[in-house]
Amino acid sequence: MQTLPKRRYYETLSYLPPLSDAQITRQIQYMLDQGYIPAVEFNETSEPTDVYWTMWKLPLFGASSPQEVLQEVRSCRDASPKSFVRVIGFDNIRQCQTMMFIVHRPH
Amino acid sequence: MVYTMSKPKTGYQAGVKDYRLTYYMPDYVPRDTDILAAFRVTPQPGVPAEEAAAAVAAESSTGTWTTVWTDNLTDLDRYKGRCYDIEPVPGATDGQFIAYIAYPLDLFEEGSITNLLTSLVGNVFGFKALTALRLEDVRFPLALVKTYPGPPHGIVVERDKINKYGRPLLGCTIKPKLGLSAKNYGRAVYECLRGGLDFTKDDENINSQPFMRWRDRFLFVQSAIEKAQAETGEIKGHYLNVTAGTCEEMMERAEFAKELGSPIIMHDYLTGGFTANTTLSKWCRRNGMLLHIHRAMHAVIDRQKNHGIHFRVLAKCLRLSGGDHIHTGTVVGKLEGDQASTLGFVDLLREDHVERDPSRGIYFTQDYASMGGVMAVASGGIHVWHMPALVDIFGDDSVLQFGGGTLGHPWGNAPGATANRVALEACLEARNSGRDLKREGGDILREACRWSPELAVACELWKEIKFEYATVDTL
Repeated sequence: MQTLPKRRYYETLSYLPPLSDAQITRQIQYMLDQGYIPAVEFNETSEPTDVYWTMWKLPLFGASSPQEVLQEVRSCRDASPKSFVRVIGFDNIRQCQTMMFIVHRPH
Repeated sequence: MVYTMSKPKTGYQAGVKDYRLTYYMPDYVPRDTDILAAFRVTPQPGVPAEEAAAAVAAESSTGTWTTVWTDNLTDLDRYKGRCYDIEPVPGATDGQFIAYIAYPLDLFEEGSITNLLTSLVGNVFGFKALTALRLEDVRFPLALVKTYPGPPHGIVVERDKINKYGRPLLGCTIKPKLGLSAKNYGRAVYECLRGGLDFTKDDENINSQPFMRWRDRFLFVQSAIEKAQAETGEIKGHYLNVTAGTCEEMMERAEFAKELGSPIIMHDYLTGGFTANTTLSKWCRRNGMLLHIHRAMHAVIDRQKNHGIHFRVLAKCLRLSGGDHIHTGTVVGKLEGDQASTLGFVDLLREDHVERDPSRGIYFTQDYASMGGVMAVASGGIHVWHMPALVDIFGDDSVLQFGGGTLGHPWGNAPGATANRVALEACLEARNSGRDLKREGGDILREACRWSPELAVACELWKEIKFEYATVDTL
């Protein structure tokens, strides 16, 4: 029998072990396959009431490969290593955000 | 066959005339503004199909059993329901057939499901010339759809409010159903939510009984939500059941939930009734409150193949009346539900446009004119081993609710919740990476068991439990 430790989580995919770059690449590929527009955002804290995180540049409207997006994840991570970083996806047909998953937690 | 004009040319003639003379019109082309209904009719032996079908059209619209002089003061052609098609049911030995009936828009009050059902499924269901009658589907014309409020928020806004994207939501009904004190109940909620569930749920039987009055429950549950939210950093909620004996009490409970800051409340729309539901739903939109809908009593109405109302009609009615979630069955769990038919009405709940598709039980093309969608809730007798199938069947816009499958974990609620959340996310990660959940689901869970002790224990406990019975209501 075990007690579940108290921990912070970050919504979708945050209950998995931290995603490797290969896993992140596959999630982004899925996003592109669905026709979603990927974007990178970061924030110093992860309060659930913080609706908006800061955008890293603009959404990658023209992205054709997951590597382009991963490159932006890396530069965001390098520029602000003390921040949380997540990848989000927009669907301009349904006019809404459709995806969001954590790719970096500072520790 | 000769059709008589319903407008008499020779003055009033008292007496009984065959329904089919007035209400069976196989040449009628339905208008875009007509309400269309598909009824499964089982006539008494000896009653011809045209007469039985016409009787259904008549008794659910303008007709009564005998002519009356005041018929002559109105224009029956403007108001009567018309049976415009009859389709035999292949293999039926009891004369069963599908009758298609068109009703003029003017027959129904705007924005009132109550009024609509009172006609469509009113007296006609007790009609002696029939042995059984089932309303299979209804096409709501756009002109009528636009008079309904629809879901208070809909799927898109709900996701934005609770910050959850690209995955089904996870829930759990707190058990035992009845008999917990409010404080003990709140503890069970907290443990579930901190373990990784998004929502917990009041059982439908929980209203305000002597062992736990509603106000006490609301207060302790709200403490549980706030603690779990602060601890995990994720947005949490609990469906506070505001179903009550009177509308005034229902609204009082809803107002208190709002005062506490609860993000979501719950209503039982069939036992509570459509009038109460629509009132509550409109209040929810005005007050930014999500609305979870339970469907107690539905199986009384929808389970028998030849009599009652198919759930796809009740689902459409709910979408129009208003609700952000509704239970749809699990396909794989302990409760009744054919897969093709379930996915048919899940589309009717979530999509903006659904094409006629008899293979999924959809009799009519339905447009919703951008009305919000309703999340499909799969709940009842499901556990971690069902997760790959549930994600595959229901997709992202659903709430998967593991009651016993969370609370029955050998280490308790929080590890039980984590087991489900890990299983869900392992399935999503795999699906998005191109793996086939139907074929590789077992492997995906076993791989996650290697690093998640909570999931490993759950998988070990429930591996042998299956619910395999034939479905009663097949297409």
